[in-house]
Amino acid sequence: MKKNISSYNKIEKRTVEHLAKLCRLELSETEILNYQNDLSKILEYIDKLKEIDISNVRTSFDFGRNKNIKRRDEFVDTKGSLDIPEKIIKLMPETKDGYLKVKKII
Amino acid sequence: MEFTDLTIEKIHYSLLKKEFSVSELTKYYLEKIKKEDKEIFAFITLDEKGSLILAKKLDEKISKGQKINLLTGIPCAIKDNILVQDIKCTAGSKILQNYFPPYDATVVKKLKEEGVIILGKTNLDEFAMGSSTEYSYFGSTKNPLDKKLTPGGSSGGSAAAVAAGFCVFSLGSDTGGSIRQPAAFCGIVGLKPSYGAISRYGLIAFASSLDQIGPMAKTVKDVNIVFESIVGSDKFDSTSVDIPKNNRKIKIKETKIGIPKDYFIKKIDAKIERAVKKAIKRYEDMGAKIEEISLPYTEYALPCYYIIAPAEASSNLARYDGIKYGWCEKTEVDLLNFYLKNRGKGFGPEVRRRIMLGTFTLSSGYFEAYYQRAQKVKKLITEDFKKAFDRVDFIITPTTPTPPFKLGEKIQDPVLMYLSDIFTVAVNLAGLPAISIPVEKKQPLSFQIIGPLFSDFSLIEMAKIYEA
Repeated sequence: MKKNISSYNKIEKRTVEHLAKLCRLELSETEILNYQNDLSKILEYIDKLKEIDISNVRTSFDFGRNKNIKRRDEFVDTKGSLDIPEKIIKLMPETKDGYLKVKKII
Repeated sequence: MEFTDLTIEKIHYSLLKKEFSVSELTKYYLEKIKKEDKEIFAFITLDEKGSLILAKKLDEKISKGQKINLLTGIPCAIKDNILVQDIKCTAGSKILQNYFPPYDATVVKKLKEEGVIILGKTNLDEFAMGSSTEYSYFGSTKNPLDKKLTPGGSSGGSAAAVAAGFCVFSLGSDTGGSIRQPAAFCGIVGLKPSYGAISRYGLIAFASSLDQIGPMAKTVKDVNIVFESIVGSDKFDSTSVDIPKNNRKIKIKETKIGIPKDYFIKKIDAKIERAVKKAIKRYEDMGAKIEEISLPYTEYALPCYYIIAPAEASSNLARYDGIKYGWCEKTEVDLLNFYLKNRGKGFGPEVRRRIMLGTFTLSSGYFEAYYQRAQKVKKLITEDFKKAFDRVDFIITPTTPTPPFKLGEKIQDPVLMYLSDIFTVAVNLAGLPAISIPVEKKQPLSFQIIGPLFSDFSLIEMAKIYEA
């Protein structure tokens, strides 16, 4: 199978804008144009994979180690790490009375 | 006492013989870093106080005649995407510039149990995405061999710290070459272990199916000592396993080395090619059998990597939103705009590029054409290696296609930057162990030895033979 890269030669500007929103990234107009160029170039490069016939290949994610790792659902004593909750709360940008403050959703 | 060219064993025996103390040793390294790291910028954070307090404690232990480990008192550095409890961990990113981890990564916990001195945290490309350490929010690291050159990346700070003599060993992480390529550029040794050989618990995730932590040092022997102290399964990382230790003796005259013709391509620099052929010749002179092999899917490894790694990164990095931890802009906006601002300004250009690329290839309508196809190609690449290892014991290739490049040379062209990893990514896709070794000590021309899955101990033995 020979490659056909023309279809992705340049991704559309509105595709980049949509992607940025999906990724929750605020971008300036210049950044959008730069990413339009970069992403087009990268997609053209990775389109090389279309040369390969993969019809007979089964997907594998695990380097041949397909087994579940289980553990008992039981209490684990975390002696020596009792201050971890306080440390986690200290990392929160905004708290009130020991609770994490978040933005209003509804 | 002269502290240059110290190895782990040399320090250990000097400490036992009381030729110097852990405090003297630690002070020497801290002073050197404070004096010389202004020009190199290997470290993002130095833990001067913690290092000296621990050094003093260890000295008391030694003076009382208590037993110490081989790694006790050995000054080291940790890549700043591996968590050390209560020491700032930035991942080279603005979004984590004030993150103080409440716990230790498993590798760090194990090293602490051995009694190492963690001098500080080293610079990296933001979230380990890059091949030159220029994508760090905090600034570029310079190559100690020549300050106009990059140290490689993403573990450029860890490589530079060892090469500049700021520590005895360091830890890096390797997703597509991020230990081996900077080790090669800085003329040191770097090991990327088999996927699963070392726990990833406490490593800030980039591409979880490819990431692996590994040691970097001046000698294979030191890399070996550190590897042995951090290897092994961990209940906090269900992909980790215990790898076999039995097949360690190498009889070089019965060893077959495969040289894949697909790696000696036109794009390769003449100096690198000459150097790697010299290394191969050395093994041949010792009696190893050299055989030309073919890994036909080699040229597809890099494009395959640039689908899988960004796809996994885009979901792994979704957690950084400035709400639970990390940098955020304190503004009165709604939730959506809060996310958009924090992530838009908190991530640098390369990280944003990869998040968008990954989101694109995973999005509906493109998933099969990209991610699923890439997973199948990954399987073909893995099978390429499996077939090769039916015929040969090890494979030797160059680590990089070129010697270190100049700072700024590739920063404007992402695809050109990605090509720096052309010889290293296939190993990550196949989950194999590989070690990069300088052909001549302290020279930035290196070769890599690749071994079959979980052959890490034999691979290290094979590398030791070269060093001997």
